[in-house]
Amino acid sequence: MYDVVIIGAGVSGSSIARELSRYNVNACVLEKCEDLCEGTTKANSAIVHAGFDAPEGSLMAKLNVQGNEMMDQICKDLDVPFKRNGSLVVCIHKEALDGLKELYDRGIKNGVKNLKILSREEALELEPNLSDNVEGALYAPTGGIVCPFKLNIAMAENANVNGVEFRFNTEVEDISKGQDGLWHLRTNNGEYVAKYVVNAAGVYADKFHNMVSAKKIHITPRRGDYCLLDKEVGNHVTHTIFPQPTKLGKGVLVTPTVHGNLLVGPTAVDISDKEGTNTTKEGIDDLIEKANDHVKNLPLRKVITSFAGLRAHEDGQEFIIGEVEDAECFIDCAGIESPGLSASPAIGEMVANLLKEKMGLEEKQNWIGTRKDILNPAELSIEERNELIKKNPAYGNIICRCESISEGEIIDAIHRPLGARSLDGIKRRTRAGMGRCQGGFCSPKTMEIIHRELGLDYEKITKSGGRSNIVIERTKNQKGGEA
Amino acid sequence: MLNYDIVIVGGGPAGLAAAVAARDAGVDKILILERDKELGGILNQCIHNGFGLHTFKEELTGPEYAYRFIEKVLAADIEYKLNTMVMDISKDRVVTAMSKEDGMYQIKAGAVILAMGCRERPRGALNIPGYRPAGIFSAGTAQRLVNIEGYMPGREVVILGSGDIGLIMARRMTLEGAKVKVVAELMPYSGGLKRNIVQCLDDFGIPLKLSHTVVDIEGKEHLTAVTIAAVDNKGKPIPGTEERYTCDTLLLSCGLIPENELSRNAGVEMSPITSGPIVNESLETNIPGVFACGNVLHVHDLVDYVSEEALRAGQNAAKYVKGQLSEAKADIEIVATDGARYTVPSTINIGRMDDKLTVRFRVGAVYKDSYVSVYFDDERVMHNKKRIMAPGEMEQVILLKDKLAEKPGLKKITVKIENE
Repeated sequence: MYDVVIIGAGVSGSSIARELSRYNVNACVLEKCEDLCEGTTKANSAIVHAGFDAPEGSLMAKLNVQGNEMMDQICKDLDVPFKRNGSLVVCIHKEALDGLKELYDRGIKNGVKNLKILSREEALELEPNLSDNVEGALYAPTGGIVCPFKLNIAMAENANVNGVEFRFNTEVEDISKGQDGLWHLRTNNGEYVAKYVVNAAGVYADKFHNMVSAKKIHITPRRGDYCLLDKEVGNHVTHTIFPQPTKLGKGVLVTPTVHGNLLVGPTAVDISDKEGTNTTKEGIDDLIEKANDHVKNLPLRKVITSFAGLRAHEDGQEFIIGEVEDAECFIDCAGIESPGLSASPAIGEMVANLLKEKMGLEEKQNWIGTRKDILNPAELSIEERNELIKKNPAYGNIICRCESISEGEIIDAIHRPLGARSLDGIKRRTRAGMGRCQGGFCSPKTMEIIHRELGLDYEKITKSGGRSNIVIERTKNQKGGEA
Repeated sequence: MLNYDIVIVGGGPAGLAAAVAARDAGVDKILILERDKELGGILNQCIHNGFGLHTFKEELTGPEYAYRFIEKVLAADIEYKLNTMVMDISKDRVVTAMSKEDGMYQIKAGAVILAMGCRERPRGALNIPGYRPAGIFSAGTAQRLVNIEGYMPGREVVILGSGDIGLIMARRMTLEGAKVKVVAELMPYSGGLKRNIVQCLDDFGIPLKLSHTVVDIEGKEHLTAVTIAAVDNKGKPIPGTEERYTCDTLLLSCGLIPENELSRNAGVEMSPITSGPIVNESLETNIPGVFACGNVLHVHDLVDYVSEEALRAGQNAAKYVKGQLSEAKADIEIVATDGARYTVPSTINIGRMDDKLTVRFRVGAVYKDSYVSVYFDDERVMHNKKRIMAPGEMEQVILLKDKLAEKPGLKKITVKIENE
């Protein structure tokens, strides 16, 4: 029996787990996928929004601005790459200039600091590759870029080090209140019993909410296609460039990533399939066309991959965070779409505070608030690197040549708390396979390391868990049959 | 810092041949840096035969061909380091390398020969819509899994792209008991060698669909099916022509990209056509003393040409370190036009030119009964009829120093394809 079971190991669930780990509490996170960061957190714009978009007075606005302010400290504590590169909302139609003022006013009311409306000339000076049609821009210097994988993984690792358990490949199938007054969660891996349940299930949050509440909510998976461009062109823009927002969201943005690539996207298409992360030709064509409206000479020949993510869009377009009215001790954390990543530190704090109050939790004496990421040898001098290689030669063996990732980093990714077990798990933790050849050269070598370090047969090594195995069997020769 | 006369980046066919040639030309301190665990490069996974017809007048497998050169490197006692990644090359030819055994270290090189080879264009760069499940491989990655690691990626295969590795893998997977259902090629012609289409597809009854591409990929965890459609002459899929193939493996053979990140960082000027360095008659880049050969320079069809080109790079690097190469001057420009896409080299200095200079190029479309023409300024000096020319096969013309010398003041040599 647990005090708290959290459903979902995305950035919301992991942030809640980390904040909760400050207290003496027996908590467990259930995740249906084989790793952290497998849902909405896996595929999004990787932006820390300033907070001028959400309506004044909304929970979204409040947590966005709070989360943004918390980001420096949490990324420092957890060793996560984060950069305040500033964002620009670009206006390309004279008649829409009023819209910038509206956003500015809303931002001020939301508590966003240092907002400024720029003239065409000022905007172009900051960002020379803006469209020739630029009429003005809203500049938000507090906007930033973060690695969503690393933020998610760092929060979860830190929670785990502080005692929160994680169960992967564990899908919640049913939730009911037992005669004992406790929540019983039926999963494919047996039953879990908890005093409190936190529902941080992303696009599935409605499913779990509706299992326990008569007041139904509805979440639509809103698909967004993205293109990721080679680092060679990562500085095409240095700020995050937004169009003016529409009803469907913040539109197609162009932004550097914190790792130095250029990211273009997303589209916004409402779908019914909660696993529908397929890109479409229409989507990619659409985002390319839209991105070109605001940024000129986009080097789209340098695309290294495209992908799609699903936002958990709740009908009221608002974060639903709190105890469910007709389900005591069941806490929703639902409708976490953009700016969910930006708000995640504040979401974690809010839910943990709520539980602390309700449960009367006490702070741990020995809570560990910091965590070191996998070492990045590229930041070391030659002398330091040589010291490192002398101590651990695996750091001298480059596995991923595109991103210069060594065997040492991959071994660390496998053996650290909540370590990687799949190619994608290693990719998200180390960036091996995330470069321009997209794993063409390094995946066989990475498989060899997984095989050796985890004792997994090659046939059981997967791209991302489940049935995503890379190879199926030995060749004829190796099986000892006829060649 | 270590000192070598010549540092060769890459121990594949290009690096090996360059090393041997430089040693034959009398250079003492040569070092080959190879990132893999053995010399030979990609040839080690090319276990099919057909290599060496030009060089050795016999059909060798990839590893056999490589070993002919490895033997020479060993016999000549040329130094090499394995499992060693070159991390940086500077403008003044300081090479930074790293390995488990030696850590990170720097080498001052008298000359550098770039021989890093190429990589395959991945799925992401092709903008194929659909899911991103397991079961999608570039053909060379699958070749490594099957031939080196000894594992099968799947049983039912669709191949997109008809580059040579894709064609070879169609046969290889078939021999391993897999069913290769179709090879789809976006262009109206194959990107591979004619002999590979005959020996790897036709002989096994595998259909090749030209002007077709993959328009959808199904399967959330593992690949379950792909949809192929015909494309119009702009490469756009034609609605209504879709055909669905159930499969567990999609191999991509959609082009090779010279791997020039190190070169670019060093400040080497690149050709947007080949994605390789722009070189002069000595295969020297814009950085004096930095030479390039093999697939890092431009993607070759036959390894024999790689070896021949690398031999020249090795000889010229040797001349450079011995001070026998006069200052680089581009007095003649070679221009590719009218169907010829590029030439290697792209400039000539007559003073540095050998008696014979092979100029290699590729055509941009299929040409039948057409002529390869060479103009010295406005005068046509060569007009060779070719029965067939295709983008998948490299073409060449040979320029004679004597002939060039007869035209003092010659500024421009043009290579083009003419109908008559």
